[in-house]
Amino acid sequence: MAVRAIWKGELKLNSTKVPVKMYSAVKDQTVRFHILDEKSKTRVKQHMVEPDKGKEVPNEEIQKGFEVETGTFVILDDEELEELEPEASREIEITQFLPPKAIPPAYYDRPYYLGPDGDQAAYFALAEALKNKEREGVARWVMRKQPYVGALHADGDYLMLDTLRHAEEVLSAKDLPRPAGRAPDKKELSMAKQLVELLKGEFDPKEFKDEYRERVMEFVEKKAKGHKPRLHLVKSKKKTTTLDKVLSKSIEHLKKQKKAA
Amino acid sequence: MPKKRSSKRKQSSDNNGNARAARPFWSGTLTFGLVSVPVDLYPGNRTNRAPLRMLSPDGEPLSRRYFSQKSGKELDDEDMVRGYEIDKDRYVVVTDEELERLAPEQSRDIDLRRFVPLEEISPLYFDRSYFLAPSEGSEKAYKLLAETMKKEDLAGVATFVMRGKEYLVAIFPENGILRAETMRFADEIRSPKEIDLPEKKKVTAATVKKFEKLIEQHSARQLSMKELKDEQMEKLLKLVAKKRRQHKDIVEVEEPKREEGKVIDLMAALKKSLASKRKAA
Repeated sequence: MAVRAIWKGELKLNSTKVPVKMYSAVKDQTVRFHILDEKSKTRVKQHMVEPDKGKEVPNEEIQKGFEVETGTFVILDDEELEELEPEASREIEITQFLPPKAIPPAYYDRPYYLGPDGDQAAYFALAEALKNKEREGVARWVMRKQPYVGALHADGDYLMLDTLRHAEEVLSAKDLPRPAGRAPDKKELSMAKQLVELLKGEFDPKEFKDEYRERVMEFVEKKAKGHKPRLHLVKSKKKTTTLDKVLSKSIEHLKKQKKAA
Repeated sequence: MPKKRSSKRKQSSDNNGNARAARPFWSGTLTFGLVSVPVDLYPGNRTNRAPLRMLSPDGEPLSRRYFSQKSGKELDDEDMVRGYEIDKDRYVVVTDEELERLAPEQSRDIDLRRFVPLEEISPLYFDRSYFLAPSEGSEKAYKLLAETMKKEDLAGVATFVMRGKEYLVAIFPENGILRAETMRFADEIRSPKEIDLPEKKKVTAATVKKFEKLIEQHSARQLSMKELKDEQMEKLLKLVAKKRRQHKDIVEVEEPKREEGKVIDLMAALKKSLASKRKAA
């Protein structure tokens, strides 16, 4: 079944415009549970209450406040919040193009596919140009009253737009102290290198499956049929020996595996 | 599941980072080959999208509470269970213990079974970011792994189960510290075909050239952090500061009954954890 577009916009590079439709590239596969009242096995209701009195406060009476100091709030009303909203627009402005890897992975938030909205020639030409040049565009747009920054890149013949996190939302390792402890010696480093090289390969996302999700679903289905599947107790961990012994053992082990394969 | 409310209620903290004890989000074992490295996991992202608190008409901070649809009574943690809806209004109850037991022991380890060039991973897979810190005297093996990955310019890929969910992660060093990026599984990403995007049309070389030229003209070497400024937040802070100066719409609560949305200084927590390891090593 075709997927519905969530938004329509226009990519803008200088004065060139490319109309696009936006689609979520993610389909949520999470096993969704509901919170139930144990007694009646029915869904629970959620309310905002005054914690002291336990009194429910209806939505229309709830105020919004920004905490400036512990226990001190500045109240902001709906009108004020509305005034802060960015101006609505259909424009996705591309401000610059970056080489791959210029944006660290931690900044990527959600991926979206862009599809052509009318002018297919321009759409596919832009995707091809991005692919040929191996560049990622930095985009800005306003969608559903929120301003976004994103990365525009080619995925095969198509265009993708990933939303990016704000600078303050990503912690940098540069601000952290390096972990202490003695530096590894030459022998350890060369063994670790061998080990890593034995495990080196291409990234194939299909190689990794969410087996736990499958197991949970299987369990739920069995339980629904009235079975009571037996589960094993979780065992505790094993002990290890010295680092170089484990390293050489691992290398041996992997080499054997490779030979057998 | 709702957070354990009862235990949280007793803790207090302020917004200045002198917060409660810094606890890792998760503790587990990172393995490569037969080498195991005990690690603590800390979040590497923080959200500041919803800085506003919900308050009562008197300015009292509100809490979310759960009520029975049947009796209307307020429910405590122990009165609630987790249910999977198999039919309309028909649920299968699944307990924490069952979820726990569904994860075999080896599935809880972050077993780096593949090492790949990081740039081979399309950004569309990246979800959330975490840091791993060495624990239980694992500094030596931790440093060895970090240094080897840096030298070889590789990221380790693994799956592991944490808190009732399986994660796919890419782990790579950043400034001597291991960063773990959780990734979406292949079946969580749609294909252009699934979306029903049209097949590629023939494009003229001239149009492609035109775009290539535009790309060249607007190329930069690196992303300026200015691009990633949260302008919306800045506008909000400005308004808040102005109202504060004017003593407008300010409420003070004597003893804030805070249960959710506590601000924890992640950076302080991580630094503390890395520093205490330093003393121990």
